[in-house]
Amino acid sequence: MPKQADFIRKRNFKEVALGYSAEDAIEEAGRCLDCKKPFCVDGCPVEIDIPGFIRAIAEEDFALAIKILKEKNCLPAVCGRVCPQEEQCEIKCILEKKGAPIAIGRLERFAAEWESQQDSIEMPVIDDKTGKKVAVIGSGPAGITVAGDLILQGHDVTMYEALHEPGGVLTYGIPEFRLPASVVTREIEYLQKLGVKLICNFVVGKTRSLKKILDEYDAVFVGTGAGLPWFMNIPGENLNGVYSANEYLTRVNLMRGFQYPKTYTPVVRHKKVAVVGGGNVAMDCARTALRLGAEEAVIVYRRSETELPAREEEYENADEEGVKFSFLTLPEKLYGDKNGWLKEIECSKMELGEPDASGRRRPIRIDGSEFRMKMDACIVAIGNSPNPIIPQTTPELAVSKWGTIEVDEESFKTTIDRVWAGGDIVSGAATVILAMGAGRKAARSMHEYLSSLT
Amino acid sequence: MFKIIERKSIVPNLHLLVVHAPDVVETIQPGQFVIIHCGEGSERIPLTAADWDREEGTLSIVFMEVGTSTGKLAMLQPGDEIPTVVGPLGVPIEIEKFGVVVCIGGCFGLGSIFPVVRALKEKGNEVITMLEGRSKNLLYWEEKLSKYSDKVIKLTRDGSYGYKGHVKKGSELLRELGIKPDRVIANGCTTLSYLASRDYAHFDVPVIVTLNTIMIDGTGMCGVCRCTVDGKMKFACVDGPSFDGRLVDWEELAARRKQYISEEAFLVHHSGCGGF
Ligand SMILES: Cc1cc2nc3c(=O)[nH]c(=O)nc-3n(C[C@H](O)[C@H](O)[C@H](O)COP(=O)(O)OP(=O)(O)OC[C@H]3O[C@@H](n4cnc5c(N)ncnc54)[C@H](O)[C@@H]3O)c2cc1C
Ligand SMILES: Cc1cc2nc3c(=O)[nH]c(=O)nc-3n(C[C@H](O)[C@H](O)[C@H](O)COP(=O)(O)OP(=O)(O)OC[C@H]3O[C@@H](n4cnc5c(N)ncnc54)[C@H](O)[C@@H]3O)c2cc1C
Ligand code: SF4
Ligand code: SF4
Ligand code: FES
Repeated sequence: MPKQADFIRKRNFKEVALGYSAEDAIEEAGRCLDCKKPFCVDGCPVEIDIPGFIRAIAEEDFALAIKILKEKNCLPAVCGRVCPQEEQCEIKCILEKKGAPIAIGRLERFAAEWESQQDSIEMPVIDDKTGKKVAVIGSGPAGITVAGDLILQGHDVTMYEALHEPGGVLTYGIPEFRLPASVVTREIEYLQKLGVKLICNFVVGKTRSLKKILDEYDAVFVGTGAGLPWFMNIPGENLNGVYSANEYLTRVNLMRGFQYPKTYTPVVRHKKVAVVGGGNVAMDCARTALRLGAEEAVIVYRRSETELPAREEEYENADEEGVKFSFLTLPEKLYGDKNGWLKEIECSKMELGEPDASGRRRPIRIDGSEFRMKMDACIVAIGNSPNPIIPQTTPELAVSKWGTIEVDEESFKTTIDRVWAGGDIVSGAATVILAMGAGRKAARSMHEYLSSLT
Repeated sequence: MFKIIERKSIVPNLHLLVVHAPDVVETIQPGQFVIIHCGEGSERIPLTAADWDREEGTLSIVFMEVGTSTGKLAMLQPGDEIPTVVGPLGVPIEIEKFGVVVCIGGCFGLGSIFPVVRALKEKGNEVITMLEGRSKNLLYWEEKLSKYSDKVIKLTRDGSYGYKGHVKKGSELLRELGIKPDRVIANGCTTLSYLASRDYAHFDVPVIVTLNTIMIDGTGMCGVCRCTVDGKMKFACVDGPSFDGRLVDWEELAARRKQYISEEAFLVHHSGCGGF
């Protein structure tokens, strides 16, 4: 797919991938074998009729393509961009064996973009009103899916969001250059057109207890996602210039810090930035730092390139843009100046030992290998624990020792009657499409329950 | 949208803001705060509840004009609407029957300590309230605070009203009067909280202060509000903002608060109460 050239894009926040033209899309779709037993579908957590929508694109019936997509996925413009397709639908594609799987995500994105450019979008049929009321807490991908599914089935849906803008990680976390805010806004507006009521600036558990919400609604879905960022627990972590990935990305994305000083939330323009971690989040931070003018952005990862958890495409993009990588490196101590600003990071080199429980080779510190890097910022991107507010304020709700909400695996019911939960708050940090898959299953169970009421 | 009912300057640089936020005040408790955001491009700023009226659905805040966002708030007029007043956030301050409680307020803290004073009195405590300021013209709400206090002590640094001195003077006065507090609570800028934690530690009782860390979301998501209390990392927005000041790492807190300081803004603030 065409991309902005690396030397240009690394200094702007515009989307990196430019998307297929209609000709490209038709050509790519034409390669699909329209398999009788399409393995690709097995790889998609929401079971999109992949050959169906691709056939429609090949036949230039883009309206049909988007219709098929939306039957199973209310966020095709998002998923087409950020799904790890190479481990989901595309890895299962029969053509993968030949090394050239169909670019399913890109075609999905193309169909969604085509729709957004039409003057009017086709509205789905909404079932007769049931008079049943549902509250959805959290407006990330899990909440959006539940709201979208249940509104179509005729229920009244109100979505509560703690922040001043909806979208969850799609809005505050994933950067503009990978997922433009306008794409998320469009999807939310679509939900509102379907009749979903959105209430921002409302923290369930604080503004109103979950229990009270439960008195007002027939069923409640909790999709509150990730919370408390993890730190490394090493000396110097509270120095100025040390951020959690969430803080750094929130300043830039949600608070539009990339337009500072046009906006008021400041983002310090650091020169040398170390990012600790190896996932998509770490790549996003390093690439953001470069776009904010850093001379150097280094990913510091304690395992090797082989174990890097980030999507290959994002690793490649980061590499092309000039992000440096220090593999097998473990930060151990942060040093600051007399005003409390980060100056240097002390690290040790690591080597890989026997595989651990996760099957990945365990990194072992090499004694005496300490070295220092001069850095004025360090962004810690090693994960989050689940959002604590609802569990903290709802003692009856069973949570695991990691703080995730416990649910029945099939129905996503929690231990409180009439309360369902799904997404990162249940699974721990996962992906957009898995959060949506959970939302889908929860919505099914909620609908079943709501239909049983007289 | 949240409608402004009232906004007026109460003393130089300090404003009272009354806003219609019925959902927020429904459950609000002393020591909790809200985050205000004036729309795209603005900062999200935390401000403590200084009073509320559940029937009217209104929330009162006393804020100091220190920078861009508080400057914007200071321009608001009754009838204006702001898009975000979210809360109540943070853990309510502990209100029990402690016995003798000394409440110290300075700067915006004279406002934010009011609900604490009221609740402590209603719980049956003997409440000694100290009003601290650089000069007489910076003290306010004396009458309001007196209503729920057994004793009110005024402290001004220039001696223009009450006793001359900073919060330390108050601790000396208590000793002279033979009063032994069972708990000390201080609200105000970081300097005041720090000084109270230092100068009242000898009473060997908790000195509860509210920490004014930098915040963004206020829901425990971003980690910018982290501070060290008793050697452990705490997030002021979800674990606090009230902590025992004797256990706070003040040096770190002060350094972290200055992360985004511009010299100019700092000067503006110094002209107010001398704190940071
Ligand atoms: C930087 C970054 C990059 C990522 N990149 C990818 C990627 O490329 N591909 C991919 O598939 N996944 C990616 N992910 C992961 C993916 O974004 C998450 O797995 C997904 O967003 C989880 O969805 P969710 O609906 O469970 O929660 P979230 O998206 O976290 O949304 C939860 C929402 O609930 C709100 N909330 C919380 N508590 C309350 C409350 N008490 N009351 C009201 N509202 C509340 C929050 O403010 C938030 O808006 C990335 C994550 C990050 C952080
Ligand atoms: C839990 C909590 C409760 C708070 N309650 C109140 C309250 O009730 N009333 C109130 O007036 N403030 C309160 N604050 C402080 C208030 O949030 C800040 O004053 C405000 O965010 C400043 O925003 P600004 O954009 O106007 O200033 P900025 O432009 O962001 O700041 C200007 C400069 O002044 C410094 N500064 C900002 N605030 C202060 C301050 N309070 N003291 C000293 N220096 C400061 C900053 O470091 C900055 O460099 C509270 C803070 C927290 C965390
Ligand atoms: S939703 Fe994700 S996994 Fe499913 S087809 Fe689309 S890109 Fe593939
Ligand atoms: S497996 Fe590949 S070739 Fe077969 S239908 Fe799916 S996308 Fe097309
Ligand atoms: S303000 Fe973001 S975690 Fe406390």
